[in-house]
Amino acid sequence: MSPKPATPKSRTVLRLLERFGLVIVLLIIGTALTLLQPQFLTSANLLNVARQISINGILAVGVTYVLLTGGVDLSLGSIVALTGVVAATFAHPGEWPVLVPIALGILSGACCGALNGLVITRGRIAPFIVTLGMMTLARGLALLLSNGRPVSNLGTGFLAVGGDFLGFPVQILILLAIAGASRLFLSNMRLGRHIFAVGGNEEASRAAGLNVAGIKTFAYTMSGGLAGLAGVMLAARITTGQPNAGVAYELDAIAAAVIGGTSLSGGVGGIGGTLLGALLMGVINNGLDLLNVSSYYQQIIKGIIIIGAVWLDRRQRN
Amino acid sequence: MGWLLEICDITKSFSGVPVLNGVSLSLQAGEIHALVGENGAGKSTLMKVVAGLHQPDAGELRLDGNPTRFRSPHEALLAGVAMIHQELLPFLDLTVAENIFMGIEPVSGPGWIDRPALHRKTVELLDRLGLKIPPDRRMRELRVAEMQTVEILKALAHNARLIIMDEPTSALTDREAGALFAILNDLRQRGASIIYISHKLEEVFRLADRVTILRDGCHVATHPIGGITTEALISLMVGRPLANRPRSAPGRAAPPILSVRNLALGRRFNNVSFDLAPGEVLGIAGLMGAGRSSLLSALYGLDPADSGQISIGGRALKISSPRNALDAGIGLVTEDRKVSGFIPLFGPRQNMTLAALRRWCRFGWIDQAAESAVADEQIRLFGIRASGRDQPVLRLSGGNQQKVVLARSMLAGPGVLLLDEPTRGIDIAAKEEVHRIVSDLARNGTAILLVSSELPELLSLSHRLLVMCEGRITGTLDPRTTTQEEILTLAMPG
Repeated sequence: MSPKPATPKSRTVLRLLERFGLVIVLLIIGTALTLLQPQFLTSANLLNVARQISINGILAVGVTYVLLTGGVDLSLGSIVALTGVVAATFAHPGEWPVLVPIALGILSGACCGALNGLVITRGRIAPFIVTLGMMTLARGLALLLSNGRPVSNLGTGFLAVGGDFLGFPVQILILLAIAGASRLFLSNMRLGRHIFAVGGNEEASRAAGLNVAGIKTFAYTMSGGLAGLAGVMLAARITTGQPNAGVAYELDAIAAAVIGGTSLSGGVGGIGGTLLGALLMGVINNGLDLLNVSSYYQQIIKGIIIIGAVWLDRRQRN
Repeated sequence: MGWLLEICDITKSFSGVPVLNGVSLSLQAGEIHALVGENGAGKSTLMKVVAGLHQPDAGELRLDGNPTRFRSPHEALLAGVAMIHQELLPFLDLTVAENIFMGIEPVSGPGWIDRPALHRKTVELLDRLGLKIPPDRRMRELRVAEMQTVEILKALAHNARLIIMDEPTSALTDREAGALFAILNDLRQRGASIIYISHKLEEVFRLADRVTILRDGCHVATHPIGGITTEALISLMVGRPLANRPRSAPGRAAPPILSVRNLALGRRFNNVSFDLAPGEVLGIAGLMGAGRSSLLSALYGLDPADSGQISIGGRALKISSPRNALDAGIGLVTEDRKVSGFIPLFGPRQNMTLAALRRWCRFGWIDQAAESAVADEQIRLFGIRASGRDQPVLRLSGGNQQKVVLARSMLAGPGVLLLDEPTRGIDIAAKEEVHRIVSDLARNGTAILLVSSELPELLSLSHRLLVMCEGRITGTLDPRTTTQEEILTLAMPG
């Protein structure tokens, strides 16, 4: 009945490649970098990589929810700026308990995301357009709230979010916790399954009685909320709420998810791949830095990698 | 006499299911040739082969006696063969003139469109048929009948000698249809040939010179229109003897589980009323576009009705979404399983539990072991052939896909199951299995509303049969005593 199977052995190899292709690529690049520049494989440098990828990683996990439903979120970078400013405004020393700025940052991001989702589903407007609008809107709000100036003088409790805990950067611990929870959520919870279903076939999901609008709105809210968390983390790391921060962050986040095998047309992908995608991008950035490659070339190389990864993925699937 | 077009022994199948079986047909210049047959007889497919949309598996076309092969509708058009589809696809935001001359615009210099010439040629064409459509009007602003006329003009602009029309009057008023017939008669006098597909036999007798009947992908007969009666035509369309009749109606006089009163939705159906009892299979017969699928969509909340009443177990309900329907115990197996039936990359397990996932969840957390056990049980119960419960349903055969969709509907625990063309596009063995499943479900008390375009299927499965035509119920028949001729007569408009 089924098409002629390849010999079992070559099939196993293929399946391994399919499943762990990104890991293998990562190992090859890591080995090459270690050989070229031994400094790469030191704990100090690896912790540095971890620190660098944590914010992009959080954004990438968030946008994965949206991509899985078949949508896209271009407002992430601006939400990072807005929520950083919001958090910083409430994080001056001795004013509020440290949880207040963190919670407000995440909440304001979630509100932006929920608004995205509601406009997209109730207004039947393309996600590209709505989140593009939100990108400008949130940036304007960030500038308005901060009068266009960085919000500085933040309390030590808040700044601890950007520091270390037991020798590990807090930021990477947050990323791992968020990624782990998201993975469990998407593969084991009903709502997670529904997100895949909506992205896989929206018509059929509706016919199966799923609340498609609610599920999509949830995904955008999640994406916005995680962007809020990333905004808080960024403000803590650079010790200011920067209204001009986060420009084009959404593109790196989408790139990480897509490199990790999440399809832009929805229904395919997952958190593991997204995390690997973010790691791959971080390692390449770091390696090129160590090798003293100019940042101009770095951008060119990054562009090629994004296109190449998706191209490989397409080929594999056909 | 020389033929304009000869269709010789054309055979065509789609994914292993034969649709055309060695069909031959010849066409004279200056004749209107009607093509009739039941749903699925192969009329549209045959015409799509002629117009270059499909490639035949075997057989050939001869144009003016020369063997011809059209690899695309464009090639056919260049050779003078134009097809006007039931669903028109105009460029809505371009003008009438631009639509007519799309691809063959008069140009000057290095490719500038010569607008004065475009306008002049359009006016010439309109005058030739005595029509009054402004050449600069946008297509969007035209009525359907006018759009259709523009399609005909487009064919003429390409010097088409053969125009194929698929159900052209389905969206027209009587007056518009009359105007269309005048144009077609005019074209015939100028020597053009027209193949005219229609369900409306009255039109066929009024318009055609000859009529060809197709049945089950085979050519049955071709007659001059004067040499055949309506009754003879219908019996040629039906033709085949019935295999098996249902054993018996469900003996119990149970109160209805589903009652529908005066249900209506826009122009799609109106004044629909019927009762459905537990364990009963109620078949709905009708031609394409009679409103059968719209009725099922409305009962399931996909496309809610405007007015009328739906009651389940004697309680009136408002059904405005599939969720409402599922909660009320109504399940649907949709007509087009690829579009709205399943999630292609989900396996049978995830597809089957989708509509009722809550049942295997605690606090939103899926009990994967219980879910898998249920999936395996259903796979066995429905005889689904898959390499495992997680093989993407996309990779299964049509029959197995359909069984997955059926299993999902049943896992939601419906008392009423709506089936829309449940055996379309699946092979004979799978068809029989689906038939067996439907009978078993009914025997176990599920009330089933069955829409099918295959009369034998309807007659062998249903306990009672409704016939719909143009959005109304035109008859209630007993499948044990009725004939296919009787059904078709009720299903034909006019």
